[in-house]
Amino acid sequence: SGMMGRAAHAQDNDLQLNSWEEITTYNNYYEFGTRKNDPVENAHMLTTQPWSIEIDGMVENPGTYSLEDILSEVEIEERIYRLRCVEAWSMVVPWNGFELADLLTRVGVQDGARYVAFQTANRPEEMPGLRVPVLDWPYREGLRLDEAMHPLTIMATGIYGEPIPNQNGAPIRLVVPWKYGFKSIKSIVRITLTDEQPYASWNASQPREYGFYSNVNPNVDHPRWSQATERRVGGGLFARRIPTLMFNGYEEEVASLYEGMDLAEYF
Amino acid sequence: MASLGQMAAQSDMVQGLNAGLRRVPPWVLYLAGAGWAGWLFYLAATGGLGVEPIEALEHRYGELALQLIVVGLAVTPLRRHLGVNLMPFRRAIGVLTFFFVLAHFLVWAILDVQTLSAVWADILERPYVTIGMGGFLLLLPLAVTSNNWSVRKLGGAAWRRVHKLVYPAAVLGAVHYVWLAKGFQIEPLVYLGLILVLLALRSRPKATRLAR
Repeated sequence: SGMMGRAAHAQDNDLQLNSWEEITTYNNYYEFGTRKNDPVENAHMLTTQPWSIEIDGMVENPGTYSLEDILSEVEIEERIYRLRCVEAWSMVVPWNGFELADLLTRVGVQDGARYVAFQTANRPEEMPGLRVPVLDWPYREGLRLDEAMHPLTIMATGIYGEPIPNQNGAPIRLVVPWKYGFKSIKSIVRITLTDEQPYASWNASQPREYGFYSNVNPNVDHPRWSQATERRVGGGLFARRIPTLMFNGYEEEVASLYEGMDLAEYF
Repeated sequence: MASLGQMAAQSDMVQGLNAGLRRVPPWVLYLAGAGWAGWLFYLAATGGLGVEPIEALEHRYGELALQLIVVGLAVTPLRRHLGVNLMPFRRAIGVLTFFFVLAHFLVWAILDVQTLSAVWADILERPYVTIGMGGFLLLLPLAVTSNNWSVRKLGGAAWRRVHKLVYPAAVLGAVHYVWLAKGFQIEPLVYLGLILVLLALRSRPKATRLAR
């Protein structure tokens, strides 16, 4: 396992990593504020030790799993992925993490399960952004089971070999590189296997603007802006926009998941 | 209730403030505004506005324009209700507002969107861009006539009528900001609220004048 992820980025010799500063000072994490620099300023308030994830729903072994327990059974590897935000900026991030499939296999997915729901920590005393009802808190996201089991889908615990900083979703977050960034939910406290399409925060707040799938797609615009191009963070004031790639450049690996689906309807 | 002494002290304060303000020539504002815009651009070009300077500069210019709109709309209520006289600076505030809207537009069009066809498509297809553009166009005749020659040429009444375009322009600017925010956000609504309150403050004294 993991070979596919490595192969996916090995093809792109032009993938230049964003710097630690770029990755950790320009963040969307609305629980800490809506400005890009709010997370780096406020996220230190979040207590990340001890940490546990409640895994429930249609699984063989439901329960509260401590982070140490989860990490003791997986192998951490590096994955260099493009990150494409729905706001049309992007980065290249060297994540450290493990395949979500490994965790799901360990807890045992029941036969009828078709989706995976995720939830972010909801601690108003540690997350000042929760005072403002930007979204219906807590932040929630979801994947189809086959998306969750895909070898490109990882749970990240580090960046550049360092523990993942709070503003980037410490201590453990999802990374789904072919979807807009908001699908890659941060600071996960709960994972639920279900047979129904789960609640997804942005999708629920603006269904016209944010689909459940939210696959990166240069041909389907956000109603308020074009998704055809993106700004790679770190290029400075005079950086040229670059074309956005279908499925964020992971078309070869993931297009088969959506065969026969009208991606303009299921955006 | 305020005692007579307190009121006298307050009016002393206002008089002191007005006397101080009279000593400031309006060109100082133009200099400060141009200097501030240039300083922000310098910061953006040299990494001082963070790792994504295009968005940062675009937003800073846009926010400054909204803040100046609010200050400009506050000039008349401040004089009427508190006796603070910012009148000598009103033209400079207005011209600077236009200047920052223009800077905001140019950063958006040239540095952010980058291609003329995409700029044009955004203006036509994205409503929040369309109304932002609308606000900008409404300010154009104001900027062009912000000189003594135009006041004389148009006559005071007609000139004042033209400059009432700042009211719809202010509302469009604030709605533009509310519309582009993702999710429910407070700050854009604060600007819109301030602008609506400042506009409402204007309509009341007129009604009493009519009643008289």
